Amino acid sequence: MVRWILEPGLFSNGTVRTALLLGALVSVVSGVVGIFTVLRGQSFAGHALTDVATAGGSGAALASLSPLLGFVGGGVIGAGAMDAIGVQRVKDRDVATGVVLGAATGLSALFLYLITLQTSTTGSTQSILFGSIFTVGPSTLPDVALLSVVVLVGVMVIRRPLLMGSISPELAAARGVRLRMVGIAFMVMLAAAVGLSAIAIGSILSTALLIGPPASALKVVSRLSHAVVLASVLGVMATWLGIVFAYDSYYWFGSGRGLPVSFFVVADVLVEFVAVNLVARRRRLRVVEEPATTAMPEQVGWI
Amino acid sequence: MTNAWISGTIIALLAGAVGFFVVLRGSAFAAHAIPNGAFAGAAGANLVGINPLFGLVVFALGAAFGISSMSRRTRSDVATALALVMMLALGAAFLATSSAYEPAVNALLFGEILGVSSSEILPVVVLAVVCALGLTLLYRPLLFSSIASELAVAKGVNVRLIDTLFLVVVALSSALAVPVVGALLTFSLMIGPPAAARIVTSSAHRALALSVVFSLLTLWAAVASSYWTDLPIGFFVGTMSAAIYLAARAWMRLDSRRSRRALA
Repeated sequence: MVRWILEPGLFSNGTVRTALLLGALVSVVSGVVGIFTVLRGQSFAGHALTDVATAGGSGAALASLSPLLGFVGGGVIGAGAMDAIGVQRVKDRDVATGVVLGAATGLSALFLYLITLQTSTTGSTQSILFGSIFTVGPSTLPDVALLSVVVLVGVMVIRRPLLMGSISPELAAARGVRLRMVGIAFMVMLAAAVGLSAIAIGSILSTALLIGPPASALKVVSRLSHAVVLASVLGVMATWLGIVFAYDSYYWFGSGRGLPVSFFVVADVLVEFVAVNLVARRRRLRVVEEPATTAMPEQVGWI
Repeated sequence: MTNAWISGTIIALLAGAVGFFVVLRGSAFAAHAIPNGAFAGAAGANLVGINPLFGLVVFALGAAFGISSMSRRTRSDVATALALVMMLALGAAFLATSSAYEPAVNALLFGEILGVSSSEILPVVVLAVVCALGLTLLYRPLLFSSIASELAVAKGVNVRLIDTLFLVVVALSSALAVPVVGALLTFSLMIGPPAAARIVTSSAHRALALSVVFSLLTLWAAVASSYWTDLPIGFFVGTMSAAIYLAARAWMRLDSRRSRRALA
């Protein structure tokens, strides 16, 4: 049975080991940053920055710069552009994000086209756009780990004003929180986190892990620390299961041709989301029967 | 080339009108997710060997219904993100199992002006007419619920139904735009020109008309530039849409400074 689930050679394979490590690292960062992204209603920006980072990555590939620099730098520049256009009011935010995203995808189209002219290799477009966790070499691991730590520490530092500003901007402003500063700082961290995950696991998974596990966690848990931990655990679980399934799938069709990791990880993320929704609904039914046992999220220590 | 002009013009007219409501309602994320769903559908149709237009329409509609049904359970931006990654992951799986020719995939992602044959014009026209009819029927309740959604609810407008029907219109117009403009850039045509129009005028009707004009200008300029330079049309659509928005902002700023100086 174990042999059937875990194909022989899974853990002795270097590529798989790197993928498992990278995947876990990126899932934790996405889980932590994602909680605030979901709370602040910035899923669109979170996704758009992935595509902006991809434009940066393809530009870097064209200029033969370091891809990590391209992805993270592109994301940060995109975040700056969104802020410059205006992200204060919610509806302006939508347009600002959209305009930057549109321009960045236009640039990606140009860069990727020039890359295919330059190298005449096939598959580069798809690998840059969709990414694959199996293509990252172990040499990127230290850089990714370092940046992950920087982002996590940054979020830790601003977590209180950030949370307050996300849940109740008026209250936060009254207590002297500089909302704009906090907002910009968060956008930069979001851009870095997303650029990091786009290069490590591809842009599809970047959005999936940023939004899926945190949205699931926020359905069932009401304390910030619990939500962060649960989102990270759900993210790591989905990633690891996805990697195992993808590795196995090379043997399913007998053709030596597997399904992509992103497909399995996204499927796992969605299954988790559905399962958590079912749990939340059952709990809500029970709560109706015995209302005394529940407290409002604010009372349990959100802030 | 003539085919590209004809279908491009139809797409621009439609994108300008649909985009006006996308910007007004703040549903840019959905307008980004749905064309990506359509892309997955084209990849799937390629895998099973059926007409790509069928795949485009079915998956774009699937994305639209997915977003609107999941929005009942959770925040709409989260629902959109989840629908988007689901569609993209399916697309990636379809591409991995089929041996799609890479330039064909790139054309779907970034657009291909020469990808329109004369036999494909008819379905584009039919779909466009359906979308235009739908938008005309929806026009009043849609405008009402976009501008004052609480009031619309109070007056008995079924806002949720209107929202779903609007996403269906977005889905159908995406399905016909994706083969020409590309999955990633259909969206920018629905954002840049309408947002520019809304900056220039505050009247809804005038903004709608201007949005269509801007979108036509953007697409025509993009088709011509792509034809002359041989660079992908997506590059021109994306950057020109952003440019027209920034130009509108700069123009308005200059205009208000001039009128302030005239007063002083």
